[in-house]
Amino acid sequence: MRYLPLSDQDRAQMLSVVGVNTIDDLFVDVPESARLRGLIDLPKHQSEQAVERHMSRLSAKSVSASSVPFFCGAGAYKHHIPATVDHLIQRSEFLTAYTPYQPEISQGTLQTLFEFQTQVALLTGMEVANASMYDGSTACAEAVVMAHRVARGKKSKAVLAPGLHPHYAAATQTLASTLSIKIDERDTGPGRDDNVINHIDDDTACVVVQSPNVFGEIIDLAPIAEKAHAHKALLIAVFTEPVALAAITPPGEQGADIVVGEGQGLGVGLNFGGPHVGLFACTKKLVRQMPGRVCGETIDAEGKRGFVLTLSTREQHIRREKATSNICTNSGLCCLAFTVHLSLLGEAGLTRLAALNHEKACDLADRLSTIKGVELINDTFFNEFTLRLPKDAEGVVQALADKGVLGGVPVSRLTDGEHKDLLLVCATETASDEDIAAFESALSEVLS
Amino acid sequence: MSVYFTEDHEWVSVDGDIGTIGISAYAAKALGDVVFVELPDVGAEFDKGDEAAVVELVKAASEVYAPIAGEVTEVNGALEDEPAKVNEDPSGAGWFMKIKVADKDELDGLMNADAYKTYCDGL
Repeated sequence: MRYLPLSDQDRAQMLSVVGVNTIDDLFVDVPESARLRGLIDLPKHQSEQAVERHMSRLSAKSVSASSVPFFCGAGAYKHHIPATVDHLIQRSEFLTAYTPYQPEISQGTLQTLFEFQTQVALLTGMEVANASMYDGSTACAEAVVMAHRVARGKKSKAVLAPGLHPHYAAATQTLASTLSIKIDERDTGPGRDDNVINHIDDDTACVVVQSPNVFGEIIDLAPIAEKAHAHKALLIAVFTEPVALAAITPPGEQGADIVVGEGQGLGVGLNFGGPHVGLFACTKKLVRQMPGRVCGETIDAEGKRGFVLTLSTREQHIRREKATSNICTNSGLCCLAFTVHLSLLGEAGLTRLAALNHEKACDLADRLSTIKGVELINDTFFNEFTLRLPKDAEGVVQALADKGVLGGVPVSRLTDGEHKDLLLVCATETASDEDIAAFESALSEVLS
Repeated sequence: MSVYFTEDHEWVSVDGDIGTIGISAYAAKALGDVVFVELPDVGAEFDKGDEAAVVELVKAASEVYAPIAGEVTEVNGALEDEPAKVNEDPSGAGWFMKIKVADKDELDGLMNADAYKTYCDGL
């Protein structure tokens, strides 16, 4: 069928049906000052080559993570991703079936989801894991909603630790605001996570604690878990850097009931902030309340090994009104990348990678904290830590960028302007000795 | 002690004030393998027709409705570990819950075994 635009007669007929004379009459409620008159000020059309040149010029104004010494973290981490990862996930068998709408046909995809769950369960020290979620922040929000489901509406409060990533807290707040979940008032700041113990009472459904927290501090979850369990509350442990789990005691061994986090650090690039991949694990006892779906191993009618999506009945597409979550994708391709990367590393490789990250961060912390006026505020950290600077961190970061070093994330950017003197700094295995030396000398100059 | 059935394939047998509730053999066969049963809390109160439990299968789930009103006095915890009991012995070991019957007159609106058999034959 040809595309036939409306004739003047068609328009007049429609306007008369709704009872107005002109198109402008439809917009009388919009104030005159807010209405556009004339054409939008756009440049004239250009040739493909000219557009390409223009876009290249624009992108050259940005400093990319891989082009300069780079020390930013705060929830998104730059790691070396082997070329094999990209090659494998782009194989058409995976790429075209990454979200298994007719799951049992996609046995290869299901098998990788099964492997993914196994890896997440092992990393977190938990009994079961689901087949991935959007990202760490939404996984955190889903965990809080799950905890309230477990409490069957008898408890209303969720306690969020001061060191929980502010974006995770914001996502949780947003989801909780639609339900009858009260977020316990929280402050943010380093060195305060132990305070959550005092906020736990009989009305508490869950306590959410991040370790390493957003300031890089490693938190002892065991006493918090003990207090939570004494009040029949669940401990939700959060992490933003999966590589850290290879270096610290897994949250599952410290008494966590639900563990959620961001999987981007393995296999998934920074991607300008997304897509990322959410990890979600819990105890077997809670599996029926877990959002999303689980891939299970079974045998078919002929006795052959096969994989199947189970617990889908808890997802939104079968019994919408009873769904445990409105999640409708599983970041499938990113979780495949996570699994391929982790499989390539293996347990020993991951442990070595974690040790290397920690070593780089220790080296960096030693060197930066000897600069006059700079104070390292962490007692503990993995690959990220917080510095107190004698100047506004935002200005320092800008000055460092002008010298060609991306030197971390000012805490004030995450906390609506609070803690202006704090700077989050991260070093992964990608930071070379030259990068660290460049950072040290640039920061010395900026602060002198 | 008589057993009564609903059109939604629940059964209830009453002994004194206590009614035991489960799903019928017809339903258990029609559903296929039960993988999980979600039971109510002891102390929960239901009106006739309220959703009282959920039977979960691999690819579907189905509500179980209270055949008569009452307060839950006991649930069959064994189903937590062995949901297959619902398929193996729906009218015996596969029972779901016991309730304190609120109004015995409600039984009058249910079918006896013969009437239920005729009802199922017609489905």
